[in-house]
Amino acid sequence: MNQTERELLKIIADMDETTGGAYNIRANGQLADRHVTENIDIKTKTDKPGIDIIIKPGTKNETVHIPVLISQTGLSDLVYNDFIIGEGADVTIIAGCGIHNCGSEESRHDGIHSFFIGKNAKVKYVEKHYGAGSGTGENNMNPTTIVNIAEGGSMEMETTQIEGIQSTTRVTKARLSAHATIVIREKIMTSGKQTAETDFTVDLDGEHSSANVISRSVAKEDSFQRFLSKINGNNICNGHTECDAIIMDHGRVCAIPEITANHIDASLIHEAAIGKIAGDQLMKLMTLGLTEKQAEEQIINGFLK
Amino acid sequence: MLELQNISFSAESDGAQKEILKNIGLKIDKGFVAVTGPNGGGKSTLAKLIAGIHRPDSGRILLDGEDITDLSVTDRARKGISFAFQQPVHFKGMTVYDLIGLAAGKSIGLTEACDYLSQVGLCARDYINREVNSSLSGGELKRIEIATVLARGTKISIFDEPEAGIDLWSFNNLIKVFEKMRRTLNGTILIISHQERILNIADHVIVLGDGEVLQEGSKEEILPGLLGNISTGCHITAEGEQI
Repeated sequence: MNQTERELLKIIADMDETTGGAYNIRANGQLADRHVTENIDIKTKTDKPGIDIIIKPGTKNETVHIPVLISQTGLSDLVYNDFIIGEGADVTIIAGCGIHNCGSEESRHDGIHSFFIGKNAKVKYVEKHYGAGSGTGENNMNPTTIVNIAEGGSMEMETTQIEGIQSTTRVTKARLSAHATIVIREKIMTSGKQTAETDFTVDLDGEHSSANVISRSVAKEDSFQRFLSKINGNNICNGHTECDAIIMDHGRVCAIPEITANHIDASLIHEAAIGKIAGDQLMKLMTLGLTEKQAEEQIINGFLK
Repeated sequence: MLELQNISFSAESDGAQKEILKNIGLKIDKGFVAVTGPNGGGKSTLAKLIAGIHRPDSGRILLDGEDITDLSVTDRARKGISFAFQQPVHFKGMTVYDLIGLAAGKSIGLTEACDYLSQVGLCARDYINREVNSSLSGGELKRIEIATVLARGTKISIFDEPEAGIDLWSFNNLIKVFEKMRRTLNGTILIISHQERILNIADHVIVLGDGEVLQEGSKEEILPGLLGNISTGCHITAEGEQI
């Protein structure tokens, strides 16, 4: 692994030589390194590109890293990763994709992740997207995440994409059984002519299932973001979706929350707020001695923290 | 020393230009200075003009002899002027610790940040990682606002109606904070207030009404007349309401 790849790995998955546990590193469309543990198995799919991550029932406090690195210009990578999480397991999965494109052609990664979360299992899923490189080639990423949560299971999903990606379309679909919960936190910052679209659909099928979808985003310069969040309450359930966006320069944001109650005891809320940085926030920080630009940076850092 | 020379300021109100401050001349020395007077008299405007948030139509503002009239809010802050807002600003995602650190202007340790919070009567451990947003009460936000001014430790600290919008219990604590500040004072505290208990801490009182300085002098000179007038039908009450 070269220096660029090591740096990407640190940024997207906080991994270095000392990282233990199970992992699978994919670099430029090939398997670069893999490690499995007694409880976590990783297998290469035989019918299509991708891997199966199989976590034994009852596995506690283990972490799986599955980063994807692209440092080759013009590479288009498509993978199907399936996560089978056994009953009662409690694990953290750290995914992420880093592209370093110094060339002139498009580098692209499309990941299709399917989660099968067993009864009473808990999953924390962290995904970071990062793009860098001095070339003119575009870095594009289109992740699709399909989540099925069995009775009593839960998932906490955190996704982060801070600049560097020209275009992204993120699709997330979740289906929840009784007493299952999902919390999705998304952070996006776009600049230049970047576009980012996210499309969340959560079906609250089981009784007392719940969903919380929270997006915080910043659109700078000429970038554009579209946030779609659909929650269908098909049983007695709780759903909440929130989109908070800061627009700067000529940035544009479109937020479309859609909540549907198909059951009399479904309780659903949506909130969306878009606006530039409040003048009094800038003023307060300027009275502390910050310049307007420094104040803006601090407000955005806090907002996306 | 802070000096205001012939300061005038007007703003548009209901389509007409209204004169808010009329040719104000003031010299503000070291010590605890309170500015009081009826609502709409121009007190907050005066404070904002000193901090640079508003710019005067005419007149000059001098800080230790240096003309700061054309300096930005940032430059004035760096010259040693701090301003506590009447309505503390909310910041999504920014913690109390972040804000105190920005105020201090350097990276500060938890102990130091906690010290500023303790000074305003907040149990630091409970607050340091909270976000500066509406989950905090008005009184809590107010005290955090004051802590940001303490953390700066500048030669001029301006407080715009620190008592506004807080409950009685918080108010008693707030008075203690200012009493302590008075004892440990090094520089100028300029406080806009309607509250007798705050005026009582002051060395010097300025009464502003209808855009003009109505009275100015030591607490002993001004307060008896000011408070005495309440019962005799003066237009200022202890709460500052116009009647």
